[in-house]
Amino acid sequence: MKKTIITVTGRDTVGIIARVCNYLAEENVNIEDISQTILQGYFHMMMIADTSASKKDVGDLAEDLDQIGKEIGVSIHCQHEDIFDMMHRI
Amino acid sequence: MINIFEVNETNEMIEQENLDVRTITMGISLLDCIDSNLDKMNRKIYDKITSTARNLLPVGREIEREYGIPIVNKRISVTPIALIGGSACKTVDDFVSIADTLDRAAKKVGVNFLGGYSALVSKGMTPADELLIRSIPMALAKTDRVCSSVNLGSTKTGINMDAVRLLGETVKKTSELTKDVDCIGCAKLVVFCNAPDDNPFMAGAFHGVTEPDVVINVGVSGPGVVKHALEKVRGESFEVLCETIKKTAFKVTRVGQLVAQEASRRLNVPFGIIDLSLAPTPAVGDSVADILEEIGVEHAGAPGTTAALALLNDQVKKGGVMASSYVGGLSGAFIPVSEDAGMIRAALAGALTLEKLEAMTCVCSVGLDMIAIPGDTSAATISGIIADEMALGMVNQKTTAVRLIPAIGKKVGDSVEFGGLLGGAPVMPVNPFSCESFIGRTGRIPAPVHSFKN
Repeated sequence: MKKTIITVTGRDTVGIIARVCNYLAEENVNIEDISQTILQGYFHMMMIADTSASKKDVGDLAEDLDQIGKEIGVSIHCQHEDIFDMMHRI
Repeated sequence: MINIFEVNETNEMIEQENLDVRTITMGISLLDCIDSNLDKMNRKIYDKITSTARNLLPVGREIEREYGIPIVNKRISVTPIALIGGSACKTVDDFVSIADTLDRAAKKVGVNFLGGYSALVSKGMTPADELLIRSIPMALAKTDRVCSSVNLGSTKTGINMDAVRLLGETVKKTSELTKDVDCIGCAKLVVFCNAPDDNPFMAGAFHGVTEPDVVINVGVSGPGVVKHALEKVRGESFEVLCETIKKTAFKVTRVGQLVAQEASRRLNVPFGIIDLSLAPTPAVGDSVADILEEIGVEHAGAPGTTAALALLNDQVKKGGVMASSYVGGLSGAFIPVSEDAGMIRAALAGALTLEKLEAMTCVCSVGLDMIAIPGDTSAATISGIIADEMALGMVNQKTTAVRLIPAIGKKVGDSVEFGGLLGGAPVMPVNPFSCESFIGRTGRIPAPVHSFKN
């Protein structure tokens, strides 16, 4: 099954991961891996997720997450892993 | 497994460096729409385009959403209309009615441009070819989304100088008929030498007769990404410079390849080619001229520019060919003036002249593109500029093109504004000496000796 990559970028505040994870749990998305780092003062988080059990497709999840990101003041992307594989792996 | 830094790099390219897929262009053959009855043929053309391309926009949007990559344009190219309309069109107005049909079909499926109001006349013109060419000014004035192109020469056939003369007049007339809207008709008309059959970029896209019934071609872009990558290697050797451009071009092209594969699969249409072009837009940070400045010239047009551009063009191809098995179209750096903020800056600073642009077109794709010239430039002079550019293409066995905008009522120092992707351009000076007697000769320029390879 193709994985989905969810990234969160922005200023670190309380509850970012909680908010995103709650939403993903509601939508039946399984989180397989989480990594995070601080780059140039900004909070970066990447999740590898399996969306195959969710009723929503990646496009719909991406729109919802974008909206949540706006509410809590961070930028959230949700993309098929293919775009990263194509670009960074031969 | 992909790591967080790689994911960040990709998303930064998209968000901050204007990485996008410039166009998904669906090529549609209209050969099966040919009919001697004009009304019937117009109906067939409308039906074929609107049914074949009905999912083009929804699928494009789907891919954008799922991969998070913008696809700026969704477009259509069709079989050159001179070939389609030959038996039904007896007058200029008959051909214009086809342009109108194409425009309605483009609006119905929601594409922003449809190319293929074209004629291929590199060796000679049929009556239908000539009629279509004469209908171009009216067709472009009456429609919004139809683009027109004419192939005037090739390395194998030489240059059709009768058609070059006719096109000088056609460009002028197109400009006059659209003078109320900054002569925008001319932004939708391009002439070629060695026109490719599978070019996805406008205004020159058409669906060649050697192509399948329907095909998906994709044009990638990314001048901002290359510029940004080069900022990190300022002052380094040429080897480092070339390596950086190559790696960046590979990454950009891979995204195009992914989008092309997905579009082809979801639309159930065969994938044709990826066009590896650095295509600028007027947006800040999306400029080929900025890359040239980053390589080390003060302005595009300064001494060294042609060499810098040659290097850039070559490295983009070397990086790109490994990223996709099927490369075609124009594939090279574009140097339009109006569509590139850095080019406009260079023209305004006096660094860039028509003659320097001509030299630059020898080493990149595609030609003298989107250049505004004084409105009182004669048709013969326009033909002369076209002939020069066609000769470069013919002798160097490459595609060259001309898209000039004679700005009616304007002179050097004024400017034209099209807005959107077409941008705006300062009116540039043209060499004032005449070529009337040269253009007045009839017939064609023979193919060069190095074309006899058999």
